Amino acid sequence: MSTTLFLILCLNGLQYGMLLFLIAAGLTLVFGVMGFINLAHGVQYMVGAYLVYAYVQLTGSFIVAVFLSLGTALIFGLLLEVFVFRHLYTRSHLDQVLATFGIIIFLNELAKVVFGPATLSVAPPEFLAGSIQLTETLRYPVYRFATIISGLVVAAVLYFTISYTRIGMLIRAGATSAEMVSALGVNIQRLFMIVFGVGAMLAGFAGVIAAPIFAIEPGMGDNILIVTFVVIIIGGIGSIGGAFIAALLVGLIDTLGRSFATEILSTLFSPSFANQIGPALASMLIYILMAAILVFRPKGLLPAKGVA
Amino acid sequence: MDRSLVFAAILFGLLLLMPFLLPLFGSEYLIGLIIKAMLLAIAAISLDLLIGHGGMVSLGHAAFVGVGAYATAIGLENGIENILLLLVITLAVTGFVALVTGSLALRTSGVYFLMITLAFGQMTYFTLTSLAAYGGDDGLTLWSLATLFGSDIVQSGSGLYFLVVGTLFATWWGVFQISRSRFGRVLRAARDNPERAEVMGYAVTRYRLIAYLIAAMIAGVSGLLLVQHAEFVSPALATWQRSGDLIVVVVLGGLGSRNGAILGAFFIVIIEEVLGSFLHEWRLIYGPVLVLMVLFAKGGIADLFVSKDAKGRAA
Repeated sequence: MSTTLFLILCLNGLQYGMLLFLIAAGLTLVFGVMGFINLAHGVQYMVGAYLVYAYVQLTGSFIVAVFLSLGTALIFGLLLEVFVFRHLYTRSHLDQVLATFGIIIFLNELAKVVFGPATLSVAPPEFLAGSIQLTETLRYPVYRFATIISGLVVAAVLYFTISYTRIGMLIRAGATSAEMVSALGVNIQRLFMIVFGVGAMLAGFAGVIAAPIFAIEPGMGDNILIVTFVVIIIGGIGSIGGAFIAALLVGLIDTLGRSFATEILSTLFSPSFANQIGPALASMLIYILMAAILVFRPKGLLPAKGVA
Repeated sequence: MDRSLVFAAILFGLLLLMPFLLPLFGSEYLIGLIIKAMLLAIAAISLDLLIGHGGMVSLGHAAFVGVGAYATAIGLENGIENILLLLVITLAVTGFVALVTGSLALRTSGVYFLMITLAFGQMTYFTLTSLAAYGGDDGLTLWSLATLFGSDIVQSGSGLYFLVVGTLFATWWGVFQISRSRFGRVLRAARDNPERAEVMGYAVTRYRLIAYLIAAMIAGVSGLLLVQHAEFVSPALATWQRSGDLIVVVVLGGLGSRNGAILGAFFIVIIEEVLGSFLHEWRLIYGPVLVLMVLFAKGGIADLFVSKDAKGRAA
């Protein structure tokens, strides 16, 4: 394995990790604050990707499309909250799973009806096209750099907001003990609406920046949702810091595993066996990691205090 | 007599009569649909043992249907055709997988249990896609099916139909007995208050693990029969969306209710067929219907059929 290839894969892993973090941040706060299992969070990622596609078709500008998509994703998230999720907070996890499963089924089908079952793609904006020379042998696409940087910026803003602002304090308190915060006279319902809206927007943003890299297709949110759940479980439910570390860990392990699992196995076993097992093992790595972490640290790596 | 027992008697009576009634309308197709619904119901009843009685919400139960189906298919491909032998293999394999995954998963509870079962489900799914010798991603069409001591009575037509009805009944009856037994009462006690059950001297985790094993094995058997019916296996049997479908069936039918699980299964299959025949994009209706049912019909379909006191006893 060459150093250049290894570096590229690390950057790809970092970038995937950032994407996962954007989705995981909203999901983990919604779960931490309200104890609400939102399976439809992955669909909001898909919505972001389709929105940017539609707005690029409409306006012709990627940048304009990004901002329009973010606004629409936010409004869409708030509408879901008001019409469906708000009525499910006090219900069992089972009801939440069922209702949000229904939303997934609906939106996946709707995407298929409106945009067709084929995969779509969006070109990255011109000023982010091309690639940068990093070392003598290493060139890396500018757009992928931009996604890493925007992920880091969002992470920093989130971290600052949650650590140092009043609303952040309320969110942290809410994640630890929603009842206590509510008893102190904070309108937890409104707090949650904000968390939920921002979470939906972040998931949408992840979809937007993923659109030029991955294929846009119905159901694209389903698999990433599962990976995101893995991330928030590894990190500890309700914990932003945990989600950040876990997202990077999962991003790197998944990306590196897919490239090297077969190679590493073939040093131990026969090549044909390694070829057969390698890809499956690579797909499983993150789940194995999660199972292992849950066995040793049932509440995740950096659990938010007091979350049940 | 308990109303739910009367209801079940009518239900199974109807199922037994179907092959004699349906030819009057001339439909092989409907028999196929009923088999499909019954197979779904078998898996759903087993999941209901976990969720309804054990309080263990598994989001990876379809994996056991997949494991059972693959155990059977691989047995068939390797020349084992006796259905009884295949049954033993299926039970052994699903039981083993459940023992390993269950003893790890049960170290957690609540939403963490949901997630870890989901993870094990995904691991199973990826394992099945890696079985290149047995079709990999594309699945495997089976050219030979199971026999009963060389006779093809269990392969198709009314033989297979009655085998599935019989298995559904055995599942219904078995889970009914389990829920009435001391084992079932301890399971429910642990669901409602695990600390208390523990203090009373019950090894809660062991009870849960046994329930998990039983549920997995029943799901595995539905996988075995599914192979006989579809003559095809693919990893798609074990996706997490299939596990979600099973939860939908269980919850729509009503938790802790075996009749409900059967009704839920028929409801889903009928909805899919009826809506699907009107509208290709039937999921546009199905999705919102699910949401509305959660919001407005809390007790599931079984509530409409079963009296309150009977439900209290079953739950």
